[in-house]
Amino acid sequence: MRHLLLPTLGLLTLIICTQSEIASANPQSAGTANEDKLLGLPPVPTPANNLQSPAKIELGDKLFHDKRFSIDGTVSCANCHNDQLAFTDGLPVSVGHHGLTGTRNAPTVLNSAYSPRQFWDGREPDLEGQSKQPLVNPVEHGLPNHEPVLQIVRTDSYYQTAFQSVFGVSAAKVTIDHVAKAIASFERTLVAGNSPFDRYYFKGQTDALTEAQQRGFQLFIGQGRCVSCHTIEQDHALFSDGRFHNIGIGINQIQQDVPRLASAFLEAKSKGGEVDVMVLTDKKSSELGRFAVTDELSQIGAFKTPTLRNIALTAPYMHDGSLKTLKEVMDHYNNGGATKPGDHVNDFLSGGIRPLNLIDSQLDDLVEFMNALTSDQYAVTKSANSSQAAN
Amino acid sequence: MNTINNSRRQFIKNAGALAIGSTLPISLVELAFADSSENFTFAYISDSHIQQIKGNRFVRNWDRGLIRAVAETNLLTPKPDFVIFGGDLAQLGSKPELDHGAEMLSALQGKVHHVMGEHDYYLDLGEYWEKLFGPQFYSFDHKGVHFIVLNSIRTYDDWTYKRWPTNEQRMLEMAGLDNPNGSPFMVGEQQRQWLLTDLAKVNKNTPVVVFSHSPLQKIYKGWNFWTEDADQIQALLKPFKKVSVIYGHVHQIQYNQIGNISFNSVMATAWPWPYPQSYAQAEQYLPKLTVPMNRADPFFERDATGWQFINVANGNVDLQYTLYNNTSRLVHFNPKTKRPEDAAYQPENARILPQSHF
Repeated sequence: MRHLLLPTLGLLTLIICTQSEIASANPQSAGTANEDKLLGLPPVPTPANNLQSPAKIELGDKLFHDKRFSIDGTVSCANCHNDQLAFTDGLPVSVGHHGLTGTRNAPTVLNSAYSPRQFWDGREPDLEGQSKQPLVNPVEHGLPNHEPVLQIVRTDSYYQTAFQSVFGVSAAKVTIDHVAKAIASFERTLVAGNSPFDRYYFKGQTDALTEAQQRGFQLFIGQGRCVSCHTIEQDHALFSDGRFHNIGIGINQIQQDVPRLASAFLEAKSKGGEVDVMVLTDKKSSELGRFAVTDELSQIGAFKTPTLRNIALTAPYMHDGSLKTLKEVMDHYNNGGATKPGDHVNDFLSGGIRPLNLIDSQLDDLVEFMNALTSDQYAVTKSANSSQAAN
Repeated sequence: MNTINNSRRQFIKNAGALAIGSTLPISLVELAFADSSENFTFAYISDSHIQQIKGNRFVRNWDRGLIRAVAETNLLTPKPDFVIFGGDLAQLGSKPELDHGAEMLSALQGKVHHVMGEHDYYLDLGEYWEKLFGPQFYSFDHKGVHFIVLNSIRTYDDWTYKRWPTNEQRMLEMAGLDNPNGSPFMVGEQQRQWLLTDLAKVNKNTPVVVFSHSPLQKIYKGWNFWTEDADQIQALLKPFKKVSVIYGHVHQIQYNQIGNISFNSVMATAWPWPYPQSYAQAEQYLPKLTVPMNRADPFFERDATGWQFINVANGNVDLQYTLYNNTSRLVHFNPKTKRPEDAAYQPENARILPQSHF
């Protein structure tokens, strides 16, 4: 095995400590096998100015599920980050108020607490910042500004009491930052490790993975080169490097438009255009990726490496939801950043993306390995979904 | 840098037009304010080393480096006045390599001037290259600047014509580093005579910019970071008030000032070379280093490679390096010290270590 018993025990102790804090703080997780929930994950990073508390988490949970925070009273955070769908929506791109669609696939909230930057293009550094944007995006919650949210929380008796007890502020003094902090606190409880892979790799349970999954794992860290971005560390695995890469999704189709789009985008931005509005309402501008945030040439068409934990539950895939199955994803990478073999690969492709020369059975093994990354607590979700599909 | 940022804001405010990120060089923004109509920019791509494996298969990494530099150069706004390709387009000088490279370069918008590299030359002594790109040495004038392109990678006739049983072997021998069978680069008598005649027509106050593949200064002989008759070339350039030499070949950022001549190197799109200083088994004369080249991270194929755009202001050149997965660097001419300096890392206390993403 690649780890020693002692460090593993040390790690487990650490995990158990962190967990019990969160478990006791999170009413949702009561009654589950909390001891192992974080197996394979590091402690949840929590900002010093927004520490966890049971009451704050409960408040955040309520806010997360409140549909009143939208222009037509139909959209809550949970619309696109549905508890029953591993905190995604199962759609290629998300649907906001009045059926309006954006340009990007809803990423799961699960383990987003570990992400060093939020959104596919990383335009917000933390969950607090993230939670404020969709509320006022024209194709998501559709509010003109944050005032309507504050009006509700200032007048609703539950919220009045809750904000008073959590933040010690009177109703009149509640700000959107309080709202954001509570939502972020709730989201920091949505962490899930303990997949078959974690038991295999961090606990040495060699029978936790099937033979195909074990072959897939070897490809994942070897010829498939997946681990270069979807990282695995010695004592934990986030399956993301937190960086941004152009992998040939979306941008391949608009290559010839890039010079026009890039300068038009910068011009609009300089005139006060909001990045989140521009990228979610214009499909082609969306494909500029991280460039839209940083203006850096090397970030054209680059998007954040998503975690692979619970990936089997979060189809469709990629930032635009353009790939339906994990097999299609493997094909895309195997072709060196082209969804179909021979498709033109965009000029700005990241250096790490190159043809892998994997054969079909190896791609199948990689998909099998993806299935080994589902946390036990959400494996239920999966079977519920499949039985639903069967009906 | 504050003044630059201020001028950026001012520019945006005044023009009400473009916000300028890394897409648009800061130097170009300053250009927008410059009084002189003779300030301009050009882009510089170099050392792509396009390498044939077999048939229509080429080393993908080198292809991607050139493709990317071309695509990014085409994003520059306002457009550069022209593009220089600094040599070593091919790896072993073959037709398929030069053709494939030329095809990728054909996506560039605007005029391209070519410089000969040793990897382009020693198979057929530049015969096919000339058909594609024109003469091996020439000069042209642009907005008050006299530009000279030299083939600086020739060597002794005896080595070139009498030593090798095949052209292929000649090419391979010159492609190696630390090769005891190699031979030092030189401009040679023929071109020095031409240069003398060419310069005779130029006013001594006219800024002169020379493009060569090898440095027209002596740095390290083992890797041909060297031109044997550099001293003679420097002497020919000495009467001119402002002279800049820009060279490729070294795959790293170097700059230096010798008398009236400013020296700047450009990055490769293919791979980085380390500094000869890290390999000091023989005497070398590298000018003082500011930031040694980082060791390339193998995952990021483009790491420690790049391309550059060059602002010509008042006859001096400022080089803005686009470096992948790294912070861009600016080496500009400091009119006070009268030498090229790194805009960010020049002071001793601002230096950073190599081998990391900076």
